[in-house]
Amino acid sequence: MGIIEASKLAFEYIRRDDEGNVEGITRAIDGVDLDVKQGDFVAILGHNGSGKSTLAKHMNAILYPTEGSVWVDGKDTQDEKYLWDIRQNAGMVFQNPDNQIIGQVVEEDVGFGPENMGIPTKEIWERVEESLKAVGMYEYRKHSPNKLSGGQKQRVSIAGVIAMHPKCIILDEPTAMLDPNGRKEVIRAARALNQVEGVTIILITHYMEEAIYADQIIVMDQGRIEMQGTPKEIFSRVEELKELRLDVPQVTLLAYELKKSGLPLQDGIITTQELVEELKRIQK
Amino acid sequence: MAIIVDHVSYIYEKDTTMAVHALEDVNIQIPDGQFIGLIGHTGSGKSTLVQHLNGLIKPSQGTLYYNGEDYYSQGFDMKKLRSKVGLVFQYPEHQLFEADVFSDVCFGPKNLGLSKSEVELRAYAALKQVGLEDENFYQSPFDLSGGQKRRVAIAGVLAMKPDVLILDEPTAGLDPKGRDEILDQIARLREETGVTVILVSHSMEDVAKYVDRIIVMNKGCVLFDDAPKQVFRSYQKLEEVGLAAPQVTYIMHEINDKVFPVNMDVTTLEEAKNEILQAMKR
Repeated sequence: MGIIEASKLAFEYIRRDDEGNVEGITRAIDGVDLDVKQGDFVAILGHNGSGKSTLAKHMNAILYPTEGSVWVDGKDTQDEKYLWDIRQNAGMVFQNPDNQIIGQVVEEDVGFGPENMGIPTKEIWERVEESLKAVGMYEYRKHSPNKLSGGQKQRVSIAGVIAMHPKCIILDEPTAMLDPNGRKEVIRAARALNQVEGVTIILITHYMEEAIYADQIIVMDQGRIEMQGTPKEIFSRVEELKELRLDVPQVTLLAYELKKSGLPLQDGIITTQELVEELKRIQK
Repeated sequence: MAIIVDHVSYIYEKDTTMAVHALEDVNIQIPDGQFIGLIGHTGSGKSTLVQHLNGLIKPSQGTLYYNGEDYYSQGFDMKKLRSKVGLVFQYPEHQLFEADVFSDVCFGPKNLGLSKSEVELRAYAALKQVGLEDENFYQSPFDLSGGQKRRVAIAGVLAMKPDVLILDEPTAGLDPKGRDEILDQIARLREETGVTVILVSHSMEDVAKYVDRIIVMNKGCVLFDDAPKQVFRSYQKLEEVGLAAPQVTYIMHEINDKVFPVNMDVTTLEEAKNEILQAMKR
């Protein structure tokens, strides 16, 4: 059994007008089956309103299924007795770092989670230290979070999640508000956690470039999984992605355009390295 | 000349031990009708600069001129300036508040004291300019999608008929299609109305694709102020200050180093494609 599993998951909410009368029902998630293996790096793509964030919120019991089930580390999210286990095992990082940081000092903020879990003080400090080191923020441990850049704040948020020793971290558009450097820092931290610590990463993003490192990409549309596969497989389908209001990495798009203009390049080029190799090949 | 920023400095918490130089001796001229990209990493002074242009912050030193008039001279109409230099904040949809889309867009011009019919004409035209469908006009703004909400917020500023439109990261959080739609709309709007546009952005690809001039801020100073190609030529310097060149520029450098010589001044995908096709024929 995978770290996160969903079976026939559906989620509906009732829309109401100003007077509270029911206007209709929106089916935000519509029959999703999912199986994420421990240690995987999964990217979820999809346009605004496709159900990505709603799906993510099912992964740590912020929302509960209307139909079907979700299991985190084998535990049903609807079973109340597992709630704290689930929240600890599947940590969540949101878009806006300013909404997630509560401590006056970086190390205090990171210690908040383990403190609430009732961890002994000595171990809390050990966890704070290792978590801050894992995201490269240890030297800022005595700083005030509000003096940090967006990328640094977001890495502190991630450290706060890591300090709870989760098996899985769900990042919901963690880079949407960051500058290019901040984006790189956050993605690098997430990849390092995945590769070095073996933490499962679920990354929701609108930046196609960030998805090329994933083991698996899931594309959502209208609450359903529309495509699923490796980055190479997914990004070979340029036209379909565009129809879903998405895009492909710039190098993929360039290769695609070159191919359309007659160069015999292979499909699914996702790195500059691959484009260079292909151009060398056809040049001969 | 629409706006002149003349030796402007700004210090937050001046005369305290916490004083921070947010802007230092900034000199910028903004002529009518330009499409300008304003870039810089978080904390570089972009937003502080933008708030000066709109008269929200008074410079610690230096002067700002709008059509030759000093912002802080006697008799300067600051209220008029704020309607002429329109500022669309980041995540502007958080500022929507009326019961329906049309009323929300009417709010600005109504406060200008215009007649009801003029207000409604302006609101209608502004909503059309951002490409919102008639059927959405009387919906609650909160029932719209993220991209639509943002367009309503932009229409709210357009209804003031600004000469200068400043957009602070108008595409943050939108999906790729939504980003293209908003930026295409802004580019079209500028062509049709000749409005000056200042686009604050973290996306080098967007900036390279749309603007004719880039201003790069770093540590409160203007680091570069030039055409995109010129600015992106100094990509190493840009990286030092937390920015980058568009991705295609890097791709072209790699191809030049490892495959065949190509022009590395390329900043958009279209140019890159044509350049590679040309190079293959050589």
